[in-house]
Amino acid sequence: MTFSSPTATESTWQEIVYRIANNIRLRVLEHTLKNNGGYMSQACSAAELFAALYTKIMKIGPSEAPMVPPPFLGVPASDNPHYQTGRGYNGPIAANLDRFIFSPAHYALVLYTVLIEVGRMSPEGLAQFNQDGSSVEMIGAEHSPGCELTNGSLAQAISQAVGIALARRIKGDSGRVFVMMSDGEFQEGQTWEALESMVHYKLDNMIVYVDVNGQCCDGKMCDVLNIEPLKPRMEAFGARVFVVDAHDADALAAPAEVEPDGRPVIVLCYSDPTRGLPLLNTRAPKLHYLRFVSEDERETYRNEYEKMLVELKGS
Amino acid sequence: MEILSKIHARNLVEWAKDRPEVLVLSADLTSSTEADLFQKAYPERFFSFGLAEQNMMSAAGGLAREGFLPFIHTFAVFIYRRAYDQLVDSVAYPNLPVRMVGFLPGITTPGGITHQAIEDVALMRAVPNMTILEVGDATEIESVLDVTLDISGPIYLRMLRGEVPRLFAKNEPLKFNQARVLSQGTDITLFSSGICTEEAMRAMAILKQRGVSIQHMHISTLKPFSDPAVLEASAQARMGVITMENHTIVGGLGSAVAEIMADNGIGKKLKRIGLKDTFAHGASRAYLMREYELDALALVQAVEEMVGHELDITETDLQTVRLEAVHSIAKAEAL
Ligand SMILES: Cc1ncc(C[n+]2csc(CCOP(=O)(O)OP(=O)(O)O)c2C)c(N)n1
Repeated sequence: MTFSSPTATESTWQEIVYRIANNIRLRVLEHTLKNNGGYMSQACSAAELFAALYTKIMKIGPSEAPMVPPPFLGVPASDNPHYQTGRGYNGPIAANLDRFIFSPAHYALVLYTVLIEVGRMSPEGLAQFNQDGSSVEMIGAEHSPGCELTNGSLAQAISQAVGIALARRIKGDSGRVFVMMSDGEFQEGQTWEALESMVHYKLDNMIVYVDVNGQCCDGKMCDVLNIEPLKPRMEAFGARVFVVDAHDADALAAPAEVEPDGRPVIVLCYSDPTRGLPLLNTRAPKLHYLRFVSEDERETYRNEYEKMLVELKGS
Repeated sequence: MEILSKIHARNLVEWAKDRPEVLVLSADLTSSTEADLFQKAYPERFFSFGLAEQNMMSAAGGLAREGFLPFIHTFAVFIYRRAYDQLVDSVAYPNLPVRMVGFLPGITTPGGITHQAIEDVALMRAVPNMTILEVGDATEIESVLDVTLDISGPIYLRMLRGEVPRLFAKNEPLKFNQARVLSQGTDITLFSSGICTEEAMRAMAILKQRGVSIQHMHISTLKPFSDPAVLEASAQARMGVITMENHTIVGGLGSAVAEIMADNGIGKKLKRIGLKDTFAHGASRAYLMREYELDALALVQAVEEMVGHELDITETDLQTVRLEAVHSIAKAEAL
């Protein structure tokens, strides 16, 4: 199986986003089939978002990290000079460049996949996923490719990003701080505390993209613990909120173009957690983790995979 | 060895049947913490709080003040790390009967440092009014809820889920503040807890064969820690005492044993097997147990050091490891 990477001959950036997004879904499904488990609905909902962030929205430089991620080199400690975060995959730190803060750590599989699709990590990296001794962890930690913070305990990254954004303002950086979050993180009080401080300190150098797929572990967010209506709630906090279709490349990119006005920007990307793989709907309302209950079920998904493969090649 | 799955899920339903005051509070990890069958059986006694653990903890305090018995179900880390302030002020200080059922103890999950509860016992031991129970097998999962009935204050329960072996006879339930004697001996006294007991048992036969006489006791009540049998066994060990826990060596079982030994003037050597004041990372349980020296082989090494010579024991001499499947039908995720 071959996956093409973006080339100069592509006609538009939107086409690149859509092709990468489809490849993300395909690759995550392939991984899930091979490993009998994976975070599939997250790929379905956030594929265009990740693709657009990496190819269009964020101003980041080329990767500084090895194509094949190094093994896990021990935990951070004063006597461990080898420890490295996975930040290098998002390019160098520079005053004029953006920073990418990846928050929902269980979306790591999707993050690793986009890194592959945009040429920042080799497919061998994904083969190390959740393998003993690997840094390509199932729940991304700060040594995992594309990560620079540890956020497996959800809703801490946005506050850490507040610190980073404040620091960038003190330093006079023109680059912004992008945070990618899941909607489940808005059940945590800490997220709202972060919003308070972002508004209070007028952190308009922060832009938060939220994958609003309406899902959490136990099923639909509205049944588990409702957080809607998000937009008016956030606006009441003083944030500048945009509601977009998470599968529309133009809509995703537009809010990043607005002139800063003192308010932090939140982009609520309303998504379909079964996008590109409608078969997932048979598992509703619980879509959080896809593990096949039988060989038959796996076979159904394998057939779907074959179909997706043909479609992608044909396009 | 008999392996059972989803023991807590089924047991909780049965146990709560005629106890209408028992409520379950969940933080969006209902299947992952085996509270799903309870939710199905008694939907009116199940409360979904979403991933908002601090609020859930204080709300549990409120329910307990009104005479209910709230059983919080989430991963252990989200109980004691995320909601520590709340559990101290809203639950422990007023000495309320909130039951905190914490899953994924120590390195039992590949979820990495954010999911591995490696210092929970240390923190919980430091909280006044707290009772700490930890299960080591299927029999203890089946019997631990009965033990909670006689405890009027808050309880932190270090729980196991998924596929769990039966190490102890079904008719020998967990007894509050009583160590379980697994083997008798005079050279070394070994205290183990949680999943480390299964590991220790793997090495027992060969150690005995090599002539080391070990008093092996399984600990399931970590606080209070005042079983006279523990003190007695520490005092009688000819060479010294070893502790073995799926936790950092700071503040857990090893420290509890050190405290009672020092308090009672028992001047014996103590070796603590556990995470050596380090965080871990995401990998399989077997891999992490070897890497951080929490396994049967680590026990053999500790025994060798204590007896002062090598015992010529290799991996193959140890009873086979029970390898947990990453993707088991008994677990909601691969966590
Ligand atoms: C503080 C905290 N509580 C609970 C969890 C366990 N957990 C992992 S993912 C998740 C919720 C998933 O919802 P969302 O983040 O919206 O992601 P999605 O369902 O779309 O995958 C939960 C509760 C966690 N990681 N952190």
